[in-house]
Amino acid sequence: MLWQKELPGANVVIRGARVLDPAEGVDARLEVRIDDGVIADIAERVDANEHRVIEADGLVLAPAFVDPHVHLRTPGREDEETVASGTSAAAAGGYCAILAMPNTDPVVDSAATLGALVETARDEALVPVGFLAAITRGQHGEELTEMGELADTGAVAFSDDGMPVASAGLMRRALQYASSTDRPLALHCEEPTLSRGGHVHEGRVAAELGFAGYPSVAESVAVERDLSIAGYEGGRIHVLHLSAAESAEALRRARDAGVAASGEVTPHHLVLTDDAVRSLDPNVKMNPPLRAEQDRQVLLEGVRNGTIEAIATDHAPHAAHEKEVPFEAAPFGVTGLETAFAALYTHLVEPGVLTLETLLERMSAGPARIFGLDRPRVAAGASANLVLLDLDRGWTVGERPFRSRSGNSWLLGSPLDGTVRMTLAGGSVVHE
Amino acid sequence: MIRLVKDDLRPPAEPPKRHLLSVADLTRDDVDRLLGTAQTFAASLERHVKKLPTLKGHLVVNLFYESSTRTSSSFELAAKRLSADTLTVKSTGSSVDKGESLKDTALTLGAYDPDVIVIRHPQIGAPQLVAEVTEAHVVNAGDGKHQHPTQALLDLYTIRQEIGRLEGLHVAIVGDVLHSRVARSLLQGFALVGIRTTLVGPPALLPRELPAETTTDIEAIRDADVVYVLRMQNERMEAGANFVPSLREYTARWGVTPERLRPGQKVMHPGPMNRGVEIDDRVADSPDSLITTQVRSGLVVRMAVLYDVLTGGPVGVQALAAAEVA
Repeated sequence: MLWQKELPGANVVIRGARVLDPAEGVDARLEVRIDDGVIADIAERVDANEHRVIEADGLVLAPAFVDPHVHLRTPGREDEETVASGTSAAAAGGYCAILAMPNTDPVVDSAATLGALVETARDEALVPVGFLAAITRGQHGEELTEMGELADTGAVAFSDDGMPVASAGLMRRALQYASSTDRPLALHCEEPTLSRGGHVHEGRVAAELGFAGYPSVAESVAVERDLSIAGYEGGRIHVLHLSAAESAEALRRARDAGVAASGEVTPHHLVLTDDAVRSLDPNVKMNPPLRAEQDRQVLLEGVRNGTIEAIATDHAPHAAHEKEVPFEAAPFGVTGLETAFAALYTHLVEPGVLTLETLLERMSAGPARIFGLDRPRVAAGASANLVLLDLDRGWTVGERPFRSRSGNSWLLGSPLDGTVRMTLAGGSVVHE
Repeated sequence: MIRLVKDDLRPPAEPPKRHLLSVADLTRDDVDRLLGTAQTFAASLERHVKKLPTLKGHLVVNLFYESSTRTSSSFELAAKRLSADTLTVKSTGSSVDKGESLKDTALTLGAYDPDVIVIRHPQIGAPQLVAEVTEAHVVNAGDGKHQHPTQALLDLYTIRQEIGRLEGLHVAIVGDVLHSRVARSLLQGFALVGIRTTLVGPPALLPRELPAETTTDIEAIRDADVVYVLRMQNERMEAGANFVPSLREYTARWGVTPERLRPGQKVMHPGPMNRGVEIDDRVADSPDSLITTQVRSGLVVRMAVLYDVLTGGPVGVQALAAAEVA
């Protein structure tokens, strides 16, 4: 279930664009007419009726993006992000749907808190937004939340993201109970006794700089544990923000064995390695940490072969004063909604590491499939959830103010190719 | 293949100010020049009047967020011997106690237009932050487990004075390498001047991927020209971390005792020592111990560093050539 404020349905005709919808098998120069927010006609030539005509020669029209992993910081830290600002950032990034994590203050662990958020989304959300609810009360890892009532109130899935579910026994109970709600568990996999105190991937960079190491194995033992429990219980799990080669390989093996498991990876883990930490810039500090080149290569292979079905930003806004501190004192997390497509297009598609088709699939159809959302598509009869991309137009991150309330981007000052020219979400034009 | 990261994705660097943040920023020439300057100052300290007018009118701020005897006193005295004004701010008893951020403290002190800010801080990267937000030349006097570049320089100076050369020597560093900023700076400094390093200690206290020979066998120290003993940092040993089962066991297996040394092997320690833990009394007080020499070297090396950042002879952070062009 997604919520969006009331907006007028779009009446537009988009002409001249290359229509590219990998999941529909469409790649052609076509015209698209949208009547009151619904795609009415796709053809080499469509009647404009009296609609506004958008000349899109040289642009790509694709299904808009879906981000299954966003921190909207509401309730509690509205100075860092609100539903309005976060969905505005999403619109600017080409997203037609985002899912917000429940690690807020208070934690989204009750129907009352979730219900209030849903009301806020109905008033403020520029882009349809859905909510995950916590697995455990207060995310303390001790008692299950009332998942049935939370699902009825609209929770898309359950997650203690930010914190691992440390107890294997509790994880099992969560999987058992969540199955009655037909919602997946989205898991932050971290063995806290192995990661404790770690700020940076345990490898040569951490050793040289003196950072406490957060080893790959702290993630992969937790991934393997949860895959084992999911395999035993038959429950459905989604592994958040994969960072280590061993984790991606464990996911592949489990999927091959028939475990109902999916995974996601962030743009920063696909582009950067722990070498970036040598800058000591707090904007490359995130959990899980940036890892080695070997890990990055395995993650990329996972995206290519479909082991990793989703690219998720893990958009984590932080106040400037919290990030303008020495690296070790800074909180984990970076923003990503406004830069994800351009970063991945520039650093992966242009050099030929990933095809544009794969990127579009993993940013849209993949995450929608995992969370049971309607797949954004360029097809007659579908609601208009579209993004118009100018692949040739470059820009520099930070040259214009962010829509997000926070500016803790790992890409500040870097030039990128690929500009989102227009976003339609839930049938409305939300960005142009 | 894409080219990774930091150069592509970061904004272009500002023209460099001269700082001393990390040994990684120094060249061999920088080290030679600094040690040479230190030697000159050492000669001047043997005169009856020990004060030089060199840095008259300059302000050196010492900003210390951790307790320190050697480093803070030697920086202060170094500045005074060069006739600079000094201002020492410690985190206790200052606005830091009231929760002021490092950035705000740096901006506040920066408002006095100090020429140099010497900073000691428990967190990696604190000196960088001060260098970014102030106009001062910044000297790192120790940041977390990251770097302690003036310690490495004074140790190189000490070894050169005592043994007469650096190149081709072999140094064994013994103890808690994992938590030691001194070890990290030394490793880089030794590599720069052609000293071979062996790291010796308990498995969990030897980082896995440091570019050096490592061994858990204390016998390995016998091969070295110099045995460099690290402080066993109790204060960094979180309860339950279990890096070693006990200090007693550590001492039994890795403590540096006369029995484990060859006659004539030089012994160094950055201080403060835990006598009877990582180093035996008889070793610490033996004629082959260079520990008090290290303290004396600290003064002249820090004089050289202050002189170098403030006068034409740059300490060469990143690019001294670029600084000169600018």
